[in-house]
Amino acid sequence: MAFFLAQILNGLANASALFLVASGLSLIFGVTRVVNFAHGSFYMLGAFIGVTLMEMLPGHVGFWGAILLTGLAVGLIGAIVEMIVLRPIYRAPELFQLVATFGVILVIQDLALMIWGAADRMGPRAPGLRGVVRLWGEPIPKYDLALIAITPLVLLGLWYLITRTRVGILIRAATQDREMVGALGVNQAWLFTGVFALGSALAGLGGALQLPKGGADLLMDFNILGPAFVVVVIGGMGSLPGAFLAAILISVLGVFGVTYLPQSTLVLMFVVMAIVLIVRPYGLLGREEVAGEHGQVGRPEPPIRPYGQTARLVVMALVGALLLLPLVAETFVQILVIDIVIFALFAASLHFILGSGGLVSFGHAAFFGGGAYAAALLVRHASAPMEVAFLLAPLLAGVLALGIGWFCIRLSGVYFAMLTLAFSQLVWSVAFQWRSVTGGDDGMISIWPAAWLSDTTSYYYFTLLFGIGGILLLRHAIHAPFGYALRAGRDSPRQAEAMGIDVKRIQLAAFTLAGAMAGLAGGLFVFAKGSVFPTELEIARSFDALIVVFLGGVKTLAGGVVGATFLTGVEDWLSRLQYWRLLLGLLIIGVVIVAPEGIVGAVRGAWMRWRGSAPGLKSKGGAAT
Amino acid sequence: MLELENVHAFYGKAHILGGLSFTVGRGEVVALLGRNGAGKTTTMKSVMQLVRPREGRVVFQGADLVGRPAFRVAKAGLGYVPEERRIFTDLTVLENLEVGRQPTREGAPSWSVERLFELFPNLAERRGNRGKAMSGGEQQMLTIARTLMGNPLLLLLDEPSEGIAPIIVEQMAATILELKAEGLTVVISEQNLHFARAVADRAIIIEGGEKKFDGPFAELDARPEVSDAYLAV
Repeated sequence: MAFFLAQILNGLANASALFLVASGLSLIFGVTRVVNFAHGSFYMLGAFIGVTLMEMLPGHVGFWGAILLTGLAVGLIGAIVEMIVLRPIYRAPELFQLVATFGVILVIQDLALMIWGAADRMGPRAPGLRGVVRLWGEPIPKYDLALIAITPLVLLGLWYLITRTRVGILIRAATQDREMVGALGVNQAWLFTGVFALGSALAGLGGALQLPKGGADLLMDFNILGPAFVVVVIGGMGSLPGAFLAAILISVLGVFGVTYLPQSTLVLMFVVMAIVLIVRPYGLLGREEVAGEHGQVGRPEPPIRPYGQTARLVVMALVGALLLLPLVAETFVQILVIDIVIFALFAASLHFILGSGGLVSFGHAAFFGGGAYAAALLVRHASAPMEVAFLLAPLLAGVLALGIGWFCIRLSGVYFAMLTLAFSQLVWSVAFQWRSVTGGDDGMISIWPAAWLSDTTSYYYFTLLFGIGGILLLRHAIHAPFGYALRAGRDSPRQAEAMGIDVKRIQLAAFTLAGAMAGLAGGLFVFAKGSVFPTELEIARSFDALIVVFLGGVKTLAGGVVGATFLTGVEDWLSRLQYWRLLLGLLIIGVVIVAPEGIVGAVRGAWMRWRGSAPGLKSKGGAAT
Repeated sequence: MLELENVHAFYGKAHILGGLSFTVGRGEVVALLGRNGAGKTTTMKSVMQLVRPREGRVVFQGADLVGRPAFRVAKAGLGYVPEERRIFTDLTVLENLEVGRQPTREGAPSWSVERLFELFPNLAERRGNRGKAMSGGEQQMLTIARTLMGNPLLLLLDEPSEGIAPIIVEQMAATILELKAEGLTVVISEQNLHFARAVADRAIIIEGGEKKFDGPFAELDARPEVSDAYLAV
């Protein structure tokens, strides 16, 4: 019993930092509608800045003063990021903001590496709170008790701010209808910046407060993201008490998981999340999201049409050139093209559900990596021939997508995105922790293609056949009645249902098809590389695909392909440089700010302007008459 | 006080306002009349810069508003009451009023929560209630009161009588006349000719985004063919 209670206290202490991070994330999302992926980076900055300040400032005052100063500093950084990166693009499609925050992650990663170096930092221990106290005979670190006391105080402070002050009233009003708040004379720009700064400061505080327990390292940013999003989703997006409850739930369960099920620590929280969302689809204390509720009516978009004669010829010429390429190109060029085609198919599958279905998946890597792992596992554990394993890869990825989709499709918007993210983390943690089967982080190696495909040129044609075939299949689906029904469900779900379209079923079918195609790309990938590692299932991989789709342009079919070519090419070149993440991050942010229609969209826009037929899209949204 | 000059506004590719011009003098109550889809709401939104005019000028007290963010337009002294009301449903009546609060303004009637509760006694009874728990008429009063908290010089009222019980419509007309007596300039858009006549000095008829008539109601009555052509359903 004593041990049990001690465990609960330990969990409550762990909940502290998690709650701070998640509450900031929730607050920022609630008002600005930006899903801030850079939030983990602010947490990491909090830890590093905190360590530095604690080394400079001595004693009691120094320790706690350093924590407060860290909060202020990270809040300031957050405000700067908001003003430079997000402010120019609030009117762009929501997901562009997401990609921009991903650019911020990359930039901060490299900046942190430059400033603090690659070595992990130990956090100093809190003066006066170094030892343990004995409760029920169990040793409890004093600092844990301090954390347990601090968290409810922060919640109380936030609650007071939100419910009792003018700023809080404006924040809540803007959460519901920011345009109306502006029409009443409130400068939303500063409200947004303020909220972003506050949210970032909370993440920074979290990073600094956990120092005596955890220290600082360069992996903190991504490591906190999964739990933070899980907490926000379980609690209900935008609900601070919800985040508080969920942080405690997850942390306490995490502590017991370490004790009783040490192999499943990572999986556990996602299982909890899945259960909560099945019972309460909008989280413990969340409320239903209604599209267009926030005074943000998107501009009407022109429908995607099949290509005309000229464009078809260009595509055919391009395919012809790819077919002839091995005659002139060296092996490494062929390998680069293989990478590009695989990535293009992966991106096209995401583009399919995202562009036509309006379903933004944050976890598409689950199916890419899922396909790769399926093939590898079949080869390794069932001694399947390569051909069989390869063909089963898309099938098994499709089955995985069907299962995950069944849960996710019931939600929409950000909840859908979060749930896909969580499921992909679930798949990742299975691959990462089930060592005996998947090899854990050592991955699975020596997964080579059959003899007839073993030289690069054969595999090049094999990749072209299935890669381009897969992309054409997706293209065909978009222009088939199935694709029209899918787009109808995206633009106007109620009307589509009134016309007899089972929107959710169509979406599930599309999600499954997209998963299968991602799995096909994964199958091509594993035999091209001869190996697969858990990195193929990571959030970062899902984001690669998202970035590619957005760089290319969501509203154009060629978007995924162009984006994949661009990113693979740029990455191939950039990754030779030391601080390539910084450059790539800046590049992404630059593209997002300069070309919010994506590369293809920007080129098409320039083309239209050149022909003097600019479409009338300048005016901002707002209902007619 | 307010002057629209050749205003063109688009929604996507649809050309909603095709060169609309009119003026509103200080202390006047002007009714924008026209059928559904004539462009009344877009006119209001173009003044507030919630829809950005592609061409033309919106001059308020000598300054062109075109291109300014909506909050600056509000700060310049324009109060906007949208047709859909857009109450903050999770906020209480008092909190809704707080969102609209702005400093007092020279030349404009100044409002406080207490004065607004005198003007709208129903709201006083429901001060602690959340917006979502209110009837359509109460929401309409709240949205007007919320905008008045900004102490505007000119009030833009978009279809205030829509979807409201007849008895409340009468109350609303009395309220608008009270506001006029306070010295407030008001532009209301209406489909209800009877209501418009009760409160406004002058009628402006819009059809297809263009002005078809501009004059006092007596003149409109003298030319029945005008209302037959542009207002009759």
